[in-house]
Amino acid sequence: MPTKNKKREMPKLTRVTDYIWDIPTDYREKMRVPGRLFLSPRLLEGLEIDTLSQTANVATLPGIQKYAMAMPDAHPGYGFPIGGVAAFDSEEGVISPGGVGFDINCGVRVIRTNLTEADIRPKIGKLVDALFRAVPTGVGAKSKLKVSDSELRRVFEDGAKWAVEEGYGVPEDLIHCEENGRIELPGDLKVSEKVMKRGRPQLGTLGSGNHFLEVQCVREIYDNKIADAFGLHKGDITVMIHCGSRGAGHQICTDHLRALERASKKYGIELVDRQLACAPVQSKEGQEYFAAMCAGANYAWANRQVITHWVRETFHRFFGADIEMDLVYDVAHNVAKLEKHTIDGRQRMVYVHRKGATRAFPAGHPDVPKAYRSVGQPVLIPGSMGTPSYILCGMEKAMELTFGSACHGAGRVGSRKKALRDFRGEDIEKELLAKGITVKATNPSILAEEAPAVYKPSDAVVDVVHRVGIACRVVQVVPIGVAKG
Amino acid sequence: MHPHNNSRNHNHLNHDRAHDRPNDHTHDSRSPPIEYLDHPADLKFRVYGETIEEAFEYAALAMFGAMIDTATVHQTETLKIDLVADDCEDLLYDFLSELLYLFEAEEIVFGWFDVKRIEERCGKYHLIACASGEEIDTDRHRFGIGVKAVTFHEMVIERTDRGYLIQAILDT
Repeated sequence: MPTKNKKREMPKLTRVTDYIWDIPTDYREKMRVPGRLFLSPRLLEGLEIDTLSQTANVATLPGIQKYAMAMPDAHPGYGFPIGGVAAFDSEEGVISPGGVGFDINCGVRVIRTNLTEADIRPKIGKLVDALFRAVPTGVGAKSKLKVSDSELRRVFEDGAKWAVEEGYGVPEDLIHCEENGRIELPGDLKVSEKVMKRGRPQLGTLGSGNHFLEVQCVREIYDNKIADAFGLHKGDITVMIHCGSRGAGHQICTDHLRALERASKKYGIELVDRQLACAPVQSKEGQEYFAAMCAGANYAWANRQVITHWVRETFHRFFGADIEMDLVYDVAHNVAKLEKHTIDGRQRMVYVHRKGATRAFPAGHPDVPKAYRSVGQPVLIPGSMGTPSYILCGMEKAMELTFGSACHGAGRVGSRKKALRDFRGEDIEKELLAKGITVKATNPSILAEEAPAVYKPSDAVVDVVHRVGIACRVVQVVPIGVAKG
Repeated sequence: MHPHNNSRNHNHLNHDRAHDRPNDHTHDSRSPPIEYLDHPADLKFRVYGETIEEAFEYAALAMFGAMIDTATVHQTETLKIDLVADDCEDLLYDFLSELLYLFEAEEIVFGWFDVKRIEERCGKYHLIACASGEEIDTDRHRFGIGVKAVTFHEMVIERTDRGYLIQAILDT
């Protein structure tokens, strides 16, 4: 029989506050720093032991700073938990694909419109159908773009900037993207032929799984001043796009996971879990991964930008060319970034790994776009299919506590297998329609697998982030129409 | 489409051979060659083969069977796969990753796998296999979930007293 998971002890957590719990370094051997969980007492009860032990495993990696952290939506991943945040010293630390995930720069963007629910409701069925046709969705969907090798290289180098220069958007879009939609590659582009070949047919596609394109309505405003700064008002229609770097990013991770596993051995880094494969960040292998990861992140920004263009075209066809469709913001929630943070009173450069975690920079931070600098960075938290999403705003506490990070969404709690057993796609579709949500998917089984009941409710997760003060609640948006892979 | 309903009856392998073995203490003789297990986020499977080659074939079938009813895939194109890795787990990771790559880059969906040989030579593991399928046609091929990547997480390749067992988790 396969080796059974050894019975692991639930660590005795140290309570810091009602919402912050530490895993002491004596929980397991080789922990260099404590683990830190941001959880409400209720979320703590439902926390999987694997999330705890994976957080503790991350704490064993060389050069880790302060704490190995888990956001309130954390759940077991590979190597690092999903919802994990870890910062490593830029000289002595490591970099790990396991701390980023396979879907490099999986992320979210929100577009605001000056339409109201009353404008949308009568046309929602046709609109969702049209969006579904405009944006290739699901496994095997072919891109409408035909990019040459040199264009594809520019996608990896220039990200959303490539897309805007090709006519898929306006320059203002770039200002309202994390990193302006492009991380400057540290050197020449170096990705494998496989990455190129897997990336080419999928540029401008949504993908499958939890990815979606949603027409939403601003239902609640929690902070008027910040909502105003974000250009959001009660009753406004917004569009949310959740997707990533598609096969290109998956291939980059696949390639480098193997390379970095060899590197771990080469540099004598003892791994407590194979999926923690890493390399000293300044080693050749470490820098090659970082450069390829940046290229993957750029691809994802280009992807979301191209999709945005097709969403705008569709809306313009339905509601006229003069409607407003401005990008509020675009965040990455699977990425490693070189950032400056204050640690023990000193400014240090660190590689912050956010795997299922969103950057949440506060007011005044130079990386927050000018329009939002007086309030803070928009933090976009997608709900699961048919449930509310939230827009938050980064707060100063995030810099103190979480290397400028917050949660990323609703963690999955039920398996796909169980979901297929418990739900029928057709029923889910009807239930959602009764709640005023029109959904369209490539296959009804997707609707069953993504049933709202298999996800943690995102309001509980957002509540912790808000209470701890790393990001504050600004608005709640509810879905009206959903296109799923 | 449900992963469990995949191509037991459509695969070229003769599953029934496995049913004749009497002294099996590892799994009962009625257990299907492919089992999908509960996993909170992703796709976990366990497969059984009489030989390591057969277990690899079932692993590939488990991966594609999760995405599509492989009975709907015709066998019009065959690609050859030739891999070398440091150990058996690496070989499985590379084999499934290669199939995923070919699926997305060549836009061919596979439903048949013939692993001709897996052998250890000079400390390296070699695999020669063929994968057959056809060009993706989304009008006809009804895909469910997509597999993003193969992981080493909880990967098990084990010799049992009846053959080989493979367990793996795929990121979806």
